[in-house]
Amino acid sequence: MSFLEKLFGKKTSADSAKERLQLVLIHDRTDLTPAELELLRDDLIATISRHVEIDVTAMQFGMEHDGRSQRLVADIPIKSAARRRASSRKPKAR
Amino acid sequence: MPAQVITITSGKGGVGKTTAVANLAVALASDGSRVVCVDGDIGLRNLDVILGLENRIVYDIVDVIEGRCRLKQAMIKDKRLPNLHLIPAAQTRDKSAVSASDMNRLVKDLRAECDFVLIDSPAGIERGFKNAIAPADRVLVVTNPEVSAVRDADRVIGILEAEEKGPGALIINRLNPALVRRQEMLSADDVLDLLAIELIGIVPEDEGVLIGSNRGTPVALDPKSKAGQAFRNIASRLKGENVPFVELDSGGSLWERIQKLAGRR
Repeated sequence: MSFLEKLFGKKTSADSAKERLQLVLIHDRTDLTPAELELLRDDLIATISRHVEIDVTAMQFGMEHDGRSQRLVADIPIKSAARRRASSRKPKAR
Repeated sequence: MPAQVITITSGKGGVGKTTAVANLAVALASDGSRVVCVDGDIGLRNLDVILGLENRIVYDIVDVIEGRCRLKQAMIKDKRLPNLHLIPAAQTRDKSAVSASDMNRLVKDLRAECDFVLIDSPAGIERGFKNAIAPADRVLVVTNPEVSAVRDADRVIGILEAEEKGPGALIINRLNPALVRRQEMLSADDVLDLLAIELIGIVPEDEGVLIGSNRGTPVALDPKSKAGQAFRNIASRLKGENVPFVELDSGGSLWERIQKLAGRR
């Protein structure tokens, strides 16, 4: 890779190798495919939404690793009670 | 000191397991340790040619296990190093000729004969691999800084943990420092980050390894070879010595250093 390519932020092949391996190893170690992970995410959203209103657009969901152990990390913002009250005051189509 | 039984494995084939066994064996033996190498790759015998002992084979590991010869008769003595022996694999049999308990029994007898038993595992994660790790006190995992070798090493490390064989220690083989400097090869730090296990050695790519295998003379016997030095360092670490890791990744010309800095994310 040339100096100019690096200067303009083109990813090096070593970086690609590392990033691809990080993902592959997570799936190998947990035996979870990206599709299964997606399903798990949807189930999680459905379950939590039954109890509290969450902001799905701002939610973070993914695998992290700590040494050789994997951790499922979900950061799920809950919509504020004030906003929920405001929206519940609107007449509902019942 | 009780004998140490060390199995060298990798998952992927062709990463340098047999080369590592041969070089660690000659490095340990030339430093005075009594070493017995066991070729665990039944049907695909190779450690004999790498060590240059292929013309001296009479009996093999299956002959010992099936009682056709005594243990000592199957131990081929190295001409260069009288305290180095090889028990060759059988070439005309397959993995099913040996079980894990056969390996345990054989290695138990060897412990009395030497300071180090080095077992060369076959590639893969099947029976031959399971047999090779069964008697091990310690497992060394060989990998290359390359995606498929790292992935397979991770699988093997996972199996070692599940079988309670300890986390193992990593040999990063065939690292090309110039490619790492150009960021076109995973660095040793990248590989360690991914695999998260203890490092026991980094061996640079070295044409002397091929030349040594052509001649049946492991490169660790060549005092000038860089790869040979790396294997000698690993041998010293196996004996419990604290040998600092030589920086292979850094350095390069001033221009390469500037390029590396400029290329940093």
